[in-house]
Amino acid sequence: MTPTSASVDHSRRRDLIEASLKRRHARERRFRRLGLGAVILGMGLVAILFASILMRGVPAFWQATFTLDVHFDPEVIRVEAKPERGPGESEADFRERHLAWQGQVGMVNWQQLLDRALMAELGEVEARQARDLRALIASGERFALRDRFIEDPDLLGQTRSLKLLASANVDVWLKGNIDRSLPDHQQQLSAQTRAWADALHDRGVITNAFSTALFLNPDSRSSLASAGLAGAFMGSLFMMLVVILLAVPLGVASAIYLEEFAPRNRLTDLIEININNLAAVPSIVFGLLGAAIFIGYLGLPLSAPLVGGLVLTLMTLPTIIIATRAALRSIPGSIRQAALGIGASRVQTVFHHVLPLALPGILTGSILGVAQALGETAPLLLIGMNAFVANVPGTPLEQSTALPVQIYLWQGNELRNFFEARTSAAIIVLLGLMLSLNALAIWLRKRFETRW
Amino acid sequence: MNMATKAAIETPTPLGAGNSRTSKASERIKMRARQVKVHYGDTEALHGIDLDIHENEVVAFIGPSGCGKSTFLRCLNRMNDTIPGCRVEGRVQLDESDIYDPSLDVVLLRAQVGIVFQKPNPFPKSIYENIAYGPRLHGLARRRSELDDIVEGSLRRAGLWEEVKDRLDQPGTGLSGGQQQRLCIARTIAVSPEVILMDEPCSALDPIATAKVEQLIDELSDSYTIVMVTHNMQQAARVADRTAFFHMGDLVEVDTTDQIFTNPSDQRTHDYITGRFG
Repeated sequence: MTPTSASVDHSRRRDLIEASLKRRHARERRFRRLGLGAVILGMGLVAILFASILMRGVPAFWQATFTLDVHFDPEVIRVEAKPERGPGESEADFRERHLAWQGQVGMVNWQQLLDRALMAELGEVEARQARDLRALIASGERFALRDRFIEDPDLLGQTRSLKLLASANVDVWLKGNIDRSLPDHQQQLSAQTRAWADALHDRGVITNAFSTALFLNPDSRSSLASAGLAGAFMGSLFMMLVVILLAVPLGVASAIYLEEFAPRNRLTDLIEININNLAAVPSIVFGLLGAAIFIGYLGLPLSAPLVGGLVLTLMTLPTIIIATRAALRSIPGSIRQAALGIGASRVQTVFHHVLPLALPGILTGSILGVAQALGETAPLLLIGMNAFVANVPGTPLEQSTALPVQIYLWQGNELRNFFEARTSAAIIVLLGLMLSLNALAIWLRKRFETRW
Repeated sequence: MNMATKAAIETPTPLGAGNSRTSKASERIKMRARQVKVHYGDTEALHGIDLDIHENEVVAFIGPSGCGKSTFLRCLNRMNDTIPGCRVEGRVQLDESDIYDPSLDVVLLRAQVGIVFQKPNPFPKSIYENIAYGPRLHGLARRRSELDDIVEGSLRRAGLWEEVKDRLDQPGTGLSGGQQQRLCIARTIAVSPEVILMDEPCSALDPIATAKVEQLIDELSDSYTIVMVTHNMQQAARVADRTAFFHMGDLVEVDTTDQIFTNPSDQRTHDYITGRFG
């Protein structure tokens, strides 16, 4: 072979390689672009989702609110003085007297105080317009007035400037969430009420003010404007407590046993397969199981956060077990060998060395499992947590709903143009809670991470 | 630079000729293995090993990869127990007591027979905690000052004290590879074992660090019995009193290091040390 032919051969090979290189680079570029495109698409969709939820939900934190001078007229509030505990009076006797007094206060026509306060702004109103007048203020506000008086009986005879929620329909009307050009018979408010609302709004009696009702009140059907998330929030909180107290220790303990101590045999293989399968079982099935076992067999109360927590515990356990096992498995065997080689027992090896190193992973997995449980709706429907509950539960055994169920319930409310925004607001609260849980997971991960 | 360092850097040294150390081995037999067989599942990895290890002796195991030398080493403090599917037959004695006796506490055994691994594996904790863990575990120190003494003594014996005395609270994983391995040796010494097993202790180290560890092994043989596995025949020649050649799960021959490297009695040993295979 002459040198020339050799160099020709070389340059031919180079050309071949260069050509294939071009193809390879093009393929890599294409793949990178595809990946980038997928990420951008995903982020874009998430951004659209968040933007639409925020745009719809945030206005619901501000509600049409009256600022009215309410006169606690002794003519209307005709009750005895608030009972004081007399000397030598037993606790039970005093409570009975106090309850009787509260009963009296409850009989007072509080609506009349509100009517008068409104009339002070609007001038005298004919008796036939009473319905139109009462459509202005949220019906729950008269009870707020009553509670305020029970709290502070010295209000008798005084005039106070109070913030009172407008009714849901007024809120919808003033925010423009209903087509103003609709004919009268399709409007939710009478022509008179609408005119008053506009007039009061123009005069600054009704303003769009930040309202704590959404956070502090339980759900309501009689006074829609005051419907809030407090009940559902507490319900979710109790459920999370149950899940954290049961699922996390149980799941982590089972994972440690299965990963570090259990012999490898058919039984443990079977258990492993079953755990993996359980993680894939639709959550509504856990609801059925919970209804059958906890409510049907054990007789626990319906709609209780305790039962919800137990059901969510069942649902979360496989997730936590799998995450914990993965975290344990990622700890290099050399650490275990080192500890065993010095004469640590297997339990000491696991608890002194493996577990501390696996902790960030375990915490992250557990918190993500708990966050997933927090957003779960389907199983709760089957144990009665979709009931309408107008109280804030004080214990995990009282009836309650949960945040995602509340969202589901509000989404189905007939007064669409009011609850659409409220639903989104509830979603914001739920998402906020989730994001804080995830942030906590990230923080814990960073906090406990050991540099190697 | 000391002798061992030079020897490690200047290769090749004629095998066997490098062993200038004087043996400190006594006549007393420290560990005795009889007909040791190891099964991993269905495959037999060791086919019946007989070996005596004398007190204060340095014994090196050599042989091609997969010959069973590490497996046998791990039989000596029952580290094989931790491997699923591993079964050990035969008898291993430490000072006349059977270490595979079911009534024997394996934790006590590992306190008597310590082990240093191929890759340095310090705990991701401070240097101090790395050393103090074992003594604390076994209740060897009653007061903090006693523990401090053990930590300092162990680090001194491992030749690491001067390098780390000012940063005992820093993570052991931040040391260099050679320092980490000496830290691991110090950690093993800290529980005052009688026998130290070393599974290729220098294979992850550079020549200078290797030389330091080899020198350390020589010093430690004053008070400990040392059994080491090595891939490096020159290392065996430099540090071991006796050398055992393993091949395909059999102990082919064991003799004084000089004898093995200059006049092996088995053809396979001869082929291995002259580089025909392995």
